[in-house]
Amino acid sequence: MADSKVLYQEVILDHNRKPRNYGVLVRPSHQADGYNPLCGDRLHLTLQVGGDNIDAIAFEGESCAICKASASMMTAAVKGKTREDAETLFHEFREMATGRLDPATGHHLGRLTVFAGVRDLPTRVKCAILPWHTLHAALNSVATVTTEADADPMHAPIGNA
Amino acid sequence: MSVPHAALKPQPASAFDVERIRADFPILVLKIDGKPLVYLDNAASSQMPQPVIDRLVCYVTSQHANIHRAVHTLSETATHEYEEARRKLARFINAREDHEVIFTSGTTDGINLVAQTYGRKFIGKGDEIILTTLEHHSNIVPWQMLAEEKGAKIRVVPVNDAGELLLDEYEKLFNPRTKFVAVGHVSNALGTINPVKLMIASAHVRGVPVLVDGAQAVPHMKVNVQDLDCDFYAFSGHKMCGPTGIGVLYGKTALLEKMPPFKGGGDMILSVSFKKTIYAGLPNKFEAGTPPIAGAIGLAAAADYLSGIGLNAINTYEHELLEYATAQIQRLPGVHIIGTAKRKTAVLSFVIDGVHPHDVGTLLNQEGIAVRTGHHCAQPMMERFKVPATTRASFAFYNTLAEVDALIAGIREVQKVFL
Repeated sequence: MADSKVLYQEVILDHNRKPRNYGVLVRPSHQADGYNPLCGDRLHLTLQVGGDNIDAIAFEGESCAICKASASMMTAAVKGKTREDAETLFHEFREMATGRLDPATGHHLGRLTVFAGVRDLPTRVKCAILPWHTLHAALNSVATVTTEADADPMHAPIGNA
Repeated sequence: MSVPHAALKPQPASAFDVERIRADFPILVLKIDGKPLVYLDNAASSQMPQPVIDRLVCYVTSQHANIHRAVHTLSETATHEYEEARRKLARFINAREDHEVIFTSGTTDGINLVAQTYGRKFIGKGDEIILTTLEHHSNIVPWQMLAEEKGAKIRVVPVNDAGELLLDEYEKLFNPRTKFVAVGHVSNALGTINPVKLMIASAHVRGVPVLVDGAQAVPHMKVNVQDLDCDFYAFSGHKMCGPTGIGVLYGKTALLEKMPPFKGGGDMILSVSFKKTIYAGLPNKFEAGTPPIAGAIGLAAAADYLSGIGLNAINTYEHELLEYATAQIQRLPGVHIIGTAKRKTAVLSFVIDGVHPHDVGTLLNQEGIAVRTGHHCAQPMMERFKVPATTRASFAFYNTLAEVDALIAGIREVQKVFL
């Protein structure tokens, strides 16, 4: 449980206080909504994808600090990257948050490893992963994603909830 | 974080020996990550005292067999103990007849029973069911399912900003199509004690029966179903120091007799043939299959335990905890209590400026403090108060003033992290 103290470290608290890329893109090429019924987290994600590149990304919504900081850091991480890079990060982040990827080994997560501590807080894993599921849904043109009844975040039901 | 010494705090005026009571609850000595457990999630589920645990052990080690069936000694013993449990619970809520106590799996099951039997038989197209904004989902969804099936309509009693039902509005909801009222005795999310006796009298003037969801009332106050004159009263074992998977539905004999059975199976029949099955009388008609026998016996032991301490003494002591905790929380800048009804049980729902309740819950857990965060299965209520979620501290008679202090210190810690 000491990890939860580690989790609420300065970088996460900072992104919670001053979320990056916060807002809505005017004419997005892709968008999706994410919802976590357990804690009421809601995210609206808008993207501008040109060719294969994520040119712009923004999020807004109401959520806990873990979710908001995760969304903020996610947008910063994928902006300017290709869809393929974003999908790679999505998979790696999911593996790390569920304890299947050791942040000390090879990956592309960079500072996103500050979320590694959620693996010890099963009820909070969804908070950290929700933005990534929403991004994955947006890139794959699914309107709404929910983590409802999602015991295993690997098998999040994706669809119109 | 340091917990101020209990001796420095005002002691409750009543001669309530909370330390002696705490010694009955083995789980209360647990440490969470090295910190003493401060269990403030009693509205979700309460803890079990040793006499209830002992009763369960005694039953499974020396009295268990199936009931109402065999002629052998153990079966007779189990049947006797099970029916004795029913008798104790009937007395606990002052039911007129023992067979008015139907064992269910819990409050949710009891409400579904009424919706699916009384509701399906007596509520039809265009009829109306009155609920309130304060209801737990378990006293909303069964009625919505019924309304959808029958083409009936749900009407909802609104609340004021304190979280109290607007009785004038309640009166206005009645019309000739009103066929049923379902109301919580105490709000699980806010702790508001609803004036159910008045509401029942109002409904009865119009010939409308009333179900009371008593899950949050029975552990905290003396409930007398005859005095309330409710038609149905549902409650759960695990919120009143009993086991999970057991609850009681009280119903007036005349109504229960008019209702069809809920589930079909063994124990609820007099005779079965492929031409015709004749149902058993009360209470067996509503208890298909082998019931949770140990659960029923454990629940009766819990009722005995609470009665031994005295529901009035429990009520008085918990009220002192509530007043102390309310005053302490109100002194914290940036913390707002949701639900400030004049009559409340010891439930404190609150929000902290700039901090999501889920973060509050995780950080309080680091201090060993167990609270509930979220919508408390009362989303319409959350919408009414324009909050996505709250943090809820819900007290039981085994909580102490020192634990209130631990909560306050914990909230200060949370605020420090998010400064």
